[in-house]
Amino acid sequence: MSEDIIALLRENVIQGRKTKDDEGIDEELSGTPGVVELTQLALEKKISPGTIIMQCLTAGMQVVGEKFAAKEYFIPDMLASAEAVGAAMDILKPHLEALNIETKGRIAIATVKGDIHDIGKNIVAILLKGAGYEVNDLGTDVPTEKIVEVVREDKADFLGLSALLTTTMVVMGEIIEALKENGLRDKVKVLIGGAAVSEEYAQEIGADAYCVDGFHAINILDAFQEAKGS
Amino acid sequence: MPREGILIHNPYVRMTGEQVKQIHEASMQILNDPGLISFNREAAEIFHSNGAEVTSISSSDSPCWLVKIPEKLVLQALDSAPKTVKLGARNKDNTLIMNGEEPRVYFISGSETNIWLDVDFPTYVRKSDRGTEIQVPEFHPRRGTVADLCDSAHVCEHLETLDGYIRTVNIQDKDITEDNKDVNKFFASLNNTTKHFMSGLTSLKQLDNVVNMAKLIVGGEKELKENPIISFITCLVKSPLQFVEDTTDTLIEVCRRGLPIVVSASPQAGTTAPIKEAGILAQINAEVLAGITLSQLVNKGTPVIYGSVPVRARMDTLSDSYGSVETSQYNIDCTQMARFYKIPNYSTAGVCDTKTPGQQASIERLFSDIVVTLSGPQYLHCAYGLLDCNSVFCLLQAVLDDAHFQMLKFFLRPPRISENEIAETLKQIREVVVTPQKLYIRYIRPVMRSGEISVPYPFEGDGESDNVFALAYERMNELLAKPVEHIDPATTSKIFREIPGLLPRLNVYEERKE
Repeated sequence: MSEDIIALLRENVIQGRKTKDDEGIDEELSGTPGVVELTQLALEKKISPGTIIMQCLTAGMQVVGEKFAAKEYFIPDMLASAEAVGAAMDILKPHLEALNIETKGRIAIATVKGDIHDIGKNIVAILLKGAGYEVNDLGTDVPTEKIVEVVREDKADFLGLSALLTTTMVVMGEIIEALKENGLRDKVKVLIGGAAVSEEYAQEIGADAYCVDGFHAINILDAFQEAKGS
Repeated sequence: MPREGILIHNPYVRMTGEQVKQIHEASMQILNDPGLISFNREAAEIFHSNGAEVTSISSSDSPCWLVKIPEKLVLQALDSAPKTVKLGARNKDNTLIMNGEEPRVYFISGSETNIWLDVDFPTYVRKSDRGTEIQVPEFHPRRGTVADLCDSAHVCEHLETLDGYIRTVNIQDKDITEDNKDVNKFFASLNNTTKHFMSGLTSLKQLDNVVNMAKLIVGGEKELKENPIISFITCLVKSPLQFVEDTTDTLIEVCRRGLPIVVSASPQAGTTAPIKEAGILAQINAEVLAGITLSQLVNKGTPVIYGSVPVRARMDTLSDSYGSVETSQYNIDCTQMARFYKIPNYSTAGVCDTKTPGQQASIERLFSDIVVTLSGPQYLHCAYGLLDCNSVFCLLQAVLDDAHFQMLKFFLRPPRISENEIAETLKQIREVVVTPQKLYIRYIRPVMRSGEISVPYPFEGDGESDNVFALAYERMNELLAKPVEHIDPATTSKIFREIPGLLPRLNVYEERKE
């Protein structure tokens, strides 16, 4: 029974079905429980959160990644799966806390003050959550003071900053300066992204990394965490 | 079920209704004065016996006659010519149904070129950095062979957008003669594609051999009438206004056998037709109508297609300029004239002036492909692989053209707007607007899987380099390696026994035994 639920949950991650109302890819699954319902069922059946994460969510996302690399899946498929995993992580969060199991890391993400563009930032947030990170999405046009405050209060491991405009990308440098002034710069890795910025710009303002897209962001965060662990 | 082609819902027209009538009336006047010179005695006699004014031109070296065709004969012919023409196919799913009033476009290969363009990808090393290598496509022209024709038909069988096959290359092997060329080009093509096959005839003496070959394939004379897997192209009128002796014979004999036939004229604006649009149009229309009239006088009800290959002259060489903008305008005008007469139209697009695949080729051919298709000709030929003003065929280019037509076919889908669509859309909008991320991405997937989103350009490279030719070449070789449904062994054996002149190497079953 547990094996069946684990296999079904993994399959629903692969299919990108967050709830029973989602279509997924395989029509036969239509109307059957999705990732949310199956995660709740798994917990009821006393399957451990660690098993759910490793054997269902992570294993499912690994298959999704392989399908994406093989061009069988496209970004909407990847996002659907990531969103489903994110919803499962929300359900698992209290159970993980009770067991003192930590997420892969905490990231605060925001579009900087003066900029309201958020498509890329939203996609990155979904993908990071799907990859097992705890994401605090602060939204758009976020004042520097608020960003500094969240980094301090949440004890974020990472800060993701997005800007589309050449006029707003300068705010990223101001935020890094503000983090320094508040004694937080050494406590958080700052990643930047968006159409206006580049690798060179990241170096110029003293950011820790430039992310081309959401997949790149996952790789960079994973690399930082691995380096920290070792 | 016939092939779908692509139905143009609001065909593009250049002329007003009044201008169409003006061209029609001008053509009627041309047919009566000056009329046409016929170098074909039988055609002159047929016209004469049906009331046309025919006089011998004694001053000419060759015997010829001036034929003045009265409007009444033309109108009768237009009345008796079928408004719907069916072109059959070995695989009946590849049947083409062309209705002169319905702007449903079929994309067709052709026409016969002498030169076949090979491609290879030699490696070049950067002078200043020996470690940097690039592969550059190089094109090598040579005379076409029967093996090339087989390859061309084979690949065209697998090109998704290609609806019918006109032979693309003239077979010039050492063992091909005027007497065996027709049977071999028909067999090579029919054996490698299950789509409709249309061709001109090199020698009228071979007409019955190729018709008998088709009868053997479909099972008999009645079956061939019902499923005409072959049809013919005749350029019986040489511009300006001359019935040619041999091709007019071909038209007469094909009509007597009741098989579908294209009456094609190809005047060149500036040399063999007036340079101005009204002039070339009035003349080509007169030339095609003269051929249609003869076809119906020979055999009332012959399925005839209005064939138009008008072209403008290049000012630097006075050769054909298929890539010129005016050539597309003339073709669009002819489509409008054919629709005025309710006769299916054989039109021309996709030929370029340049000699090799590349940017100019893409621009010229895509431009004419789009604008001429929008006018709604039923049978759009020359559309795959032709270069250098219809004198070179490149299989790689044909594969590239298939991608153009996929885009075009997708673009021409009718808009999907209905009450259900609107209701679904409103539901989506209301759902998304209240979410924190405000993205519609989750709704993409079912649409993507249903094929309602156009696919990316199939020859897009992975990085920043342009690998279009290399990727298309890969695709071409994949298609060549993919099997085709040949004519079955028993029929093949019968064809080789009964049809004289076939090259033994074309018998794929005998080849396999060896």
